[in-house]
Amino acid sequence: MAVRRLNIHDNRSFEGRKVDKKFVLKRLFGYLKPYVPVLIAVFLANVAGTVSNLVGPWLCGLAIDEIKPDGSTNFAQIGIFAAILVALYVVSALLEYLSAVGMAYVSRGIVKKMRSDVFGKLSTLPVGFFDERQAGDIISVLSYDIDTVGESLANDVIIVLKSAVMIVGSLVMMLTIAPLLVLVFVVTVPLSAVITRFIVKRVQPLFRRRSAKLGELNGYVEEITSGQRTTRAYNCQEKVIADFEVKNSEAIDAYARAEYYGTLSGPFVNLVNNLSLTLVSVFGALLYMGAVGGLTPGQISSFVLYSRKFSGPINEIANIMGEFQSAIAAAERVFRLLEEKPEPADPENARALVNVRGEVEIEHLKFGYKKDKTVIRDFSLSVKSGEVVAIVGHTGAGKTTIINLLMRFYDPDGGTIKIDGQDVRELTRSSVRRAFTMVLQDTWLFAGTVYENIAYGNKDVTRSDVERVCKAARIHSFITKLPQGYDTVLNDNAVNISKGQKQLLTIARAMLLDSPMLILDEATSNVDTRTEQIIRQAMGELMKGRTCFVIAHRLSTVKNADKILVMRGGDVVEQGTHDSLMAKNGYYAELYYSQFETVK
Amino acid sequence: MTKTLRYLKPYGGTVAAGLILKFIGSVAELFLPLLLKTVIDDVADNPALTHDQKLKYTFALGGAMLLCALLALLGNVFANRLTVKSSGNMTHDLRYDLFKKTCYLSSEQVDGVGLPSLISRLTSDSYYVNQMVARTLRLGVRAPILIAGGLILAFTQDVILACVLLACIPLVGVTVFIITKKSIPLFFSVQRKQDDMVRRTQESVTGVRVIKALSKSEYEAEKFDGVVKELAATEFKANRIMSLSNPAATLILNLGLVVLIAVGALCSDSAGTVLEFLQFFVMILNAMIALTKIFVVISRGSASAARIEKILGMDVSEKTEVCPEGDKNFKVQFKGVNFSYNGAEDDLKDIGFALRAGQTLGILGGTGSGKSTVISLLMRFYDADSGQIFVDGKDVKSYPLGELRKKFGVVFQNDFLMAASVRENIDFGRGLTDEDIERAVDDAQAREFIDGLEGGLGFDLAQKANNLSGGQKQRILIARALAGNPEILILDDSSSALDYATDAAFRKALSKNYSSSTKVIVAQRISSVKHADLIIVLDDGKIIGAGTHEELLKSCGEYSLIYSTQMGAERGR
Repeated sequence: MAVRRLNIHDNRSFEGRKVDKKFVLKRLFGYLKPYVPVLIAVFLANVAGTVSNLVGPWLCGLAIDEIKPDGSTNFAQIGIFAAILVALYVVSALLEYLSAVGMAYVSRGIVKKMRSDVFGKLSTLPVGFFDERQAGDIISVLSYDIDTVGESLANDVIIVLKSAVMIVGSLVMMLTIAPLLVLVFVVTVPLSAVITRFIVKRVQPLFRRRSAKLGELNGYVEEITSGQRTTRAYNCQEKVIADFEVKNSEAIDAYARAEYYGTLSGPFVNLVNNLSLTLVSVFGALLYMGAVGGLTPGQISSFVLYSRKFSGPINEIANIMGEFQSAIAAAERVFRLLEEKPEPADPENARALVNVRGEVEIEHLKFGYKKDKTVIRDFSLSVKSGEVVAIVGHTGAGKTTIINLLMRFYDPDGGTIKIDGQDVRELTRSSVRRAFTMVLQDTWLFAGTVYENIAYGNKDVTRSDVERVCKAARIHSFITKLPQGYDTVLNDNAVNISKGQKQLLTIARAMLLDSPMLILDEATSNVDTRTEQIIRQAMGELMKGRTCFVIAHRLSTVKNADKILVMRGGDVVEQGTHDSLMAKNGYYAELYYSQFETVK
Repeated sequence: MTKTLRYLKPYGGTVAAGLILKFIGSVAELFLPLLLKTVIDDVADNPALTHDQKLKYTFALGGAMLLCALLALLGNVFANRLTVKSSGNMTHDLRYDLFKKTCYLSSEQVDGVGLPSLISRLTSDSYYVNQMVARTLRLGVRAPILIAGGLILAFTQDVILACVLLACIPLVGVTVFIITKKSIPLFFSVQRKQDDMVRRTQESVTGVRVIKALSKSEYEAEKFDGVVKELAATEFKANRIMSLSNPAATLILNLGLVVLIAVGALCSDSAGTVLEFLQFFVMILNAMIALTKIFVVISRGSASAARIEKILGMDVSEKTEVCPEGDKNFKVQFKGVNFSYNGAEDDLKDIGFALRAGQTLGILGGTGSGKSTVISLLMRFYDADSGQIFVDGKDVKSYPLGELRKKFGVVFQNDFLMAASVRENIDFGRGLTDEDIERAVDDAQAREFIDGLEGGLGFDLAQKANNLSGGQKQRILIARALAGNPEILILDDSSSALDYATDAAFRKALSKNYSSSTKVIVAQRISSVKHADLIIVLDDGKIIGAGTHEELLKSCGEYSLIYSTQMGAERGR
């Protein structure tokens, strides 16, 4: 069965201010608006269904009153009542079904729209948004939060509507039968309201704790089970089991407390209901005897039935209030995401970058990921068409920052970047990005066939184009050996495809694009020597005739580069050719020697 | 499922007490309509009683109703408390045993089940079983009691009318059953479609740079819309069918009610009896609806129970064998070892080498050549299909596992760190002394950065050690392996994230302070194993070269090829 993880929901990052109910309800109404006709129809069906449901007990009472112990029962009359009752019940069942389907339809539409909206929003957001958030967090908005909203719309709204109609209707009916008896509810209704409120208030933090503890336990299980080989290698199963035991007990305790207090409300509201029943029967009997109201047994029976229909919905509304709160909170997270600032739009007179030669001019660039923390202070660089620029430095030295700026994933705080002499800010983002081809270290493939992964949505590409680049990337023969060749579906567990082969596939994809400039991450860790050789050849092929920015990991690349950027602590600290930098005997030389030493 | 239910046994007393209380509460509730009928029929409507008597009896019966209502409350509240307790405890025990079992599973068993599946059994499946037991104990008992009690009371009142009632119940049951059965597969397919959606989102989020670089955002959104549409359609279909069950059940019972009135008119002589039967109807209707909800929980829960039981039933006893002894002069020795993970293709073929105490072995080879498998066999995570592996001259199969693994300090490829303090991660539950830990921290070249952390050794790592860099993680892992002063130290590709200077310093410390430890170093780069006493080169599970660096350069073509490409690449053309 499909596995649904419990409680992975971490709402920290989408929780800004306190829940702004007005804002949420307003936006929610925006989604409901197209369905107003359906909603009205559902409401009317509900009113009609409920009314027919309410008339039932009244008719039952009339029918029962016709039953006379002395044998004078009017069968014809009862027959008529029975026929009306059957018709009524069938109609009300039909209406109930239709309104449930109607609400399912509404919630389906809204959920679908919300998901598309959220996803559409995601595609307009800047890269920075994704750099700061966990994928799981975004996914939980798309699935868990929107689900909660949809479920609440489909179930809760209809229950509230139905309950409201039912409460008003049965109250009216009870008033027409015996206004005095209704006084019973003046006592019992507030009582059940108070009880429910009290319990819900106490229980909510308990449920939150229960979820948190379960989440903790699940997190621990995932962590330890994934590392189980290490646990066994170090013989520390007992320690791990003892730790688990603590978390397990905590989770169970939290569960038991929440569950126990949570289940209190049922019996208590039941008590209030039974209490009203008792009061109704005692006072009903008194009224019957006292002949003040002149009640018949049939009237008392109808009254009793109405009283049940009256107190049931009150209880349900009370229960739903809790769920409603969580739906509002979920909707708030959805809308907050929809409010995120998108990538700034291209200026109106933005031109598309065409016929790119591949000259890059960077002047006095200044940049920081956070406004108060500048990492690149003043950086200038001039690259001619077809030159190779090597970027070197330790992990975390800021090599990807340069790429982020070139690709306009982030915009600089000062200075200019020009391509072919044109300021990139005056060009459309998409044309600037298309002028580059990126081959990054984390190879990105999606669930789809090999062919789809290489062509990637480009309809002008032919099969022979794809085969040509795969041959150039030296991955063609591997692909043909796959069970379905180019039509083999790549997903998590189907084909065993190694890291190196993945890299070759992304190189093939890049070759197909044929952009004038190239951004390349040379790192090929965890790849065996022979594959690495192939990858290097493929990369060499790719670099031919292009302006290249290479995150360099090999000295050969560095030595042959036209320019070397040396990064340290986020900033470009040195630049020049290999020889000029070695002559300088600075940080680059230090880096070079330390690398050379281990090779020796 | 029986095995899972056996976990309830120790709490049999609690369960029984809970059920008895529930029974009392439910029966008390059943008396309410009975008393109501007596008030109206036998008291208020009784001409034989005087007005005062009527008043007296009415209040007395009202008091009795009140008592029943209270009894129902107390019975249910305490019963709920007891069932929560017993289902909670039972889940606790089940989870504990399951986790314990998981910890002792052999690698073959883990491979067979699959890691994600194992995790989901511990998390979601145990949760569903808990839900099933708790709900069934709480509602599953009450509903049948209410139905049965309602029926019994009905029969004592009027057999003919009771038969009408009885006839409705199976009708409702069958209808609801059919509807539920139809919708369950649809809900499963909803789950699968939802997984699709999650996967698509995951892809788009991780690939955001590529998508933006190629301006494919719209294309991605289109693909996503397709998935969402399908999901919505399936969901709607499932809900449409499920929406039938409530109106259908209500309709059947309401129609029964009409029949009841008609029959009552024909056969019964008392309006009070019919009135009372109306109460039974409402009660039974609610109980039936509750039962259908339980039905769904049980069907899901029993599937989960079966998955859990499969793990619990696995045999994890250690299989120690008496084996012939090997050469005591060698610390580690492989003799003609063959091994296959799946029994079809050989993953290791005829592996043989010997190592004296204090020597260093380097294992070199490409991805999938079998380097890590050698380690797995040495530490007996798997048993060789043929051939022998000796540690200190004793076959690894003749050691108790704990005793064998105590000799090792190991860093696996992609090894894991817990969300705990640095010290706890190095100690790893072994109760090591402070000196051991400090020494290991120094030798692993981790001193400088650990001192820079807030709280030093007490610094708490985040999940997956996300608050440390790759190199920092590796140094803590290495410290863990060194801290136990192992007889045999195994490093499986574990210094890749260290920069050159740190790596060199670590190697120096290793040869100086761990000269008596036997070292096995797995690597892809020759520079990491160049100084080893023995280097074996693996290719496709076979040894294609063995010897020292100098020997291999002469004797092994593949080795010198690798050497020249690696060195060449780094020295320039």
